[in-house]
Amino acid sequence: MSIKLNALFSDSYVDVSQYRDQHFKGNRYEQEKLLKQANTLYVGNLSFYTTEEQVYELFSKSGDVKRIIIGLDKVKKTACGFCFVEYYTRTDAENAMRFVNGTRLDDRIIRTDWDAGFKEGRQYGRGKSGGQVRDEYRQDYDPARGGYGKDSIGWQVIGIVAFKGNF
Amino acid sequence: SQTVYGPSPHHPARLLPEKLTVYTTLVGLLNARNYNFGGEFVEAMIRQLKETLKANLYTEALYLVRFLCDLVNCHVIAAPSMVAMFENFVSVTQEEDVPQVRSDWFVYVVLSSLPWVGKELYEKKDVEMDRLLNQIDGYLKRRLKTHVPMLQVWTAEKPHPQEEYLDCLWAQIQKLKKDRWQERHILRPYIAFDSVLCEALQHNLPPFTPPAHMPDCQYPMPRVIFRMFDYTDAPEGPVMPGSHSVERFVIEDNLHNIIKSHWKERKTCAAQLLSYPGKNKIPLNYHIVEVIFGELFQLPCPPHIDVMYTTLLIELCKLQPGSLPQVLAQATEMMYMRLDTMNTTCIDRLLNWFSHHLNQLSFTQLFILFNKPKPKFVKEVLEKCMRLSYHQRIVDIVPPTFSALIPADPIFFYKYQDEANSALPGYAVAITVGNAIKNRASNEEILTVLKDVPNPNQEDDDDEGEGFNPLKIEVFLQTLLHLAAKSFSHSFSALAKFHEILKVLTDCDEGKLHILRVVYEVWRNHPQMISVLVDKLIRTQIVDCAAVANWLFSPNMAHEFTRFYVWEILHSTIRKMNKHVQKIQKELEEAKDKLERQQHKKVGSRSNSEDEDGQLEEQIERLQEKVESAQSEQKNLFLVIFQRFIMMLTEHLVRCETGSVDFSTPWYKNCIERLQQIFLMHHVTIQQYMGTLENLLFTAELDHHILAVYQQFCALQL
Repeated sequence: MSIKLNALFSDSYVDVSQYRDQHFKGNRYEQEKLLKQANTLYVGNLSFYTTEEQVYELFSKSGDVKRIIIGLDKVKKTACGFCFVEYYTRTDAENAMRFVNGTRLDDRIIRTDWDAGFKEGRQYGRGKSGGQVRDEYRQDYDPARGGYGKDSIGWQVIGIVAFKGNF
Repeated sequence: SQTVYGPSPHHPARLLPEKLTVYTTLVGLLNARNYNFGGEFVEAMIRQLKETLKANLYTEALYLVRFLCDLVNCHVIAAPSMVAMFENFVSVTQEEDVPQVRSDWFVYVVLSSLPWVGKELYEKKDVEMDRLLNQIDGYLKRRLKTHVPMLQVWTAEKPHPQEEYLDCLWAQIQKLKKDRWQERHILRPYIAFDSVLCEALQHNLPPFTPPAHMPDCQYPMPRVIFRMFDYTDAPEGPVMPGSHSVERFVIEDNLHNIIKSHWKERKTCAAQLLSYPGKNKIPLNYHIVEVIFGELFQLPCPPHIDVMYTTLLIELCKLQPGSLPQVLAQATEMMYMRLDTMNTTCIDRLLNWFSHHLNQLSFTQLFILFNKPKPKFVKEVLEKCMRLSYHQRIVDIVPPTFSALIPADPIFFYKYQDEANSALPGYAVAITVGNAIKNRASNEEILTVLKDVPNPNQEDDDDEGEGFNPLKIEVFLQTLLHLAAKSFSHSFSALAKFHEILKVLTDCDEGKLHILRVVYEVWRNHPQMISVLVDKLIRTQIVDCAAVANWLFSPNMAHEFTRFYVWEILHSTIRKMNKHVQKIQKELEEAKDKLERQQHKKVGSRSNSEDEDGQLEEQIERLQEKVESAQSEQKNLFLVIFQRFIMMLTEHLVRCETGSVDFSTPWYKNCIERLQQIFLMHHVTIQQYMGTLENLLFTAELDHHILAVYQQFCALQL
């Protein structure tokens, strides 16, 4: 007969995550405040081939979408697997966090997180090669995200040298 | 103990009603130790009951009453005083000139508590209880059931009748009574503590008079009980309780409550549903699936947002991969087979759910559609699936024999595409405009270019060129949208950049209608694009909502009238209108509040604050005008829609009568149910217009088939 009174109000899917944008202009407190009021979501783990239209259709299920900004490779200016979805109301964004986050788009589990708001420049990947940081050193082969990580061959070589070094 | 069990809005019993008997047992044990505590607790609950009823919180009130009833089982409250409260509730059925939904609720409260406390009350006061039930019986026999057809998911009686909720509950209580109030499903922890509890002193409920009816009372709407399974559907394992067994009522009530408590957290919700106490004695998966679809298809609206149910079902499948997906597939096949008699609004929801579900499971369940395929439904599902993926994917997964059902490739149709079209009027200007746009010409420059477009509507010697020129609109918009066809963002940018020009070209109603026609012409293979463009055109005030309604009902769109996306657009348009009105109303309220606060603060007036007041008063006046204008536009939108429906339906009925043909065609079913859908989906707003609707549109002269829809709608709140 465990009655967790705190758990009764739980709405954990809507909670702000641990991630903080390192490029955010302002302090942690300001960023957190914006995240708690935000109508904008960051969406990650998209396939490079996922279109704006698909994102619209999926995210419209939790409310009217105001705009979508597809994340681009800084060098190639092509989609690099993330986007921002902005709603007209916070409620609609919350429902996306509850019911779209962690579901599939183009057969991939996508991840959504609160965003402090789109600013020009934030639509570009921050990895050295132009895409997202996570694709720089990724070891696995992901055909929907450009195959191997950009620098994974480098790390693999270092790994072999280190291994050989042990002998 | 007051802090935990006191009358706070977070009272545990209100939050987890499915665990009600646990809390009542606790209260019973505390009362046995401390009589005063019991007394204070009951008093607090009665106070809260009064407040919730005043505040139109009927679901809360229902569970408060049920809690009090179970306190009878726990020897906290004396049975005769509970019977007296029930007698007061049922006496509401004798009131005159009150909405039927008022007396319905009080009857429902009494009947729905009997599974918990019927036995105890009958043991102590059987004569009074029999009298009570007779009164209820009489009431149920004479109450009106006009509303029922509007709320049924299926129109057919077979295989499972869709019963009115009070009728179903009455049948269940009758059966319970016949079984001498033996109810074995509800967990009753207090039985284990009977030796302690029976020593307790009981309290009498104070006399409770239901608050009188007020004009602003909003009682719950009537319902129809959704049934899709019976004992024949669960082949192995425990048997499903019959539709008129009280177990069925209690199980469904508990499952609905679990969803209500945990809907925001889908994994928890799924886990809670699957760990339902007593699950080994019932085919739980079938109950869960039935309850979930019952909510999804509930009319007028589901209790929670549609997409929640999709993700909840996926979580349930993950937790029970060996059994739940099969039950879900069985349910889906069954609903697919019975599409012909399913309410159109429910078909919309089924379509949305199934296409999203298929997408989540990578289309492994697609085969269901191709077993005795229903072409229209399959096409719409595939189109929705395409929106979530892409055209080639659909081509790849559809069996070759059914390739005719694959949605069209969502390409752009440009009228002035190549030199083969050079004979078309306006072709040359289209090329020039296209180049001008590509070379970043200014709006003035482009308007100058467009001056060369002849106006097919004008006399040759009228050279003002200011009137409505459909060709000018066509040339400009086709070219602009062609250049921006790459993505939604490109098209939105284009509309924003050339907003001025579009406003100039569509200054009149005909212009607005024509712009919508052009959008359809170019994007007729891409309904999703049409949808988002219309949305933007409304939001940027290039077209108004009434124009969209008129366009959708126009003869040009008659061939698309039964397409799903047309109704998506119409309902989205109505919702935008409603939200717009609400937004300005809110601004007005906020300005009024601000003025009030400012005036309160004034101590010894200074001229500055008078200026501020003046500014604010002016702002309030402006907002007041804005609100009135918006409300008028909103009312006009609904009148346009209703008028169009009436015209279309009347025409059809007259034509069929003169031709001695059966009027009940698939088109008619779709059209009349779409009319119903307008009422159901926007009932809150439409309530304001009842007078106008009755006097202007839904008069006695109207064909009774059309009038019936209006009358059923009225019955929802009477």
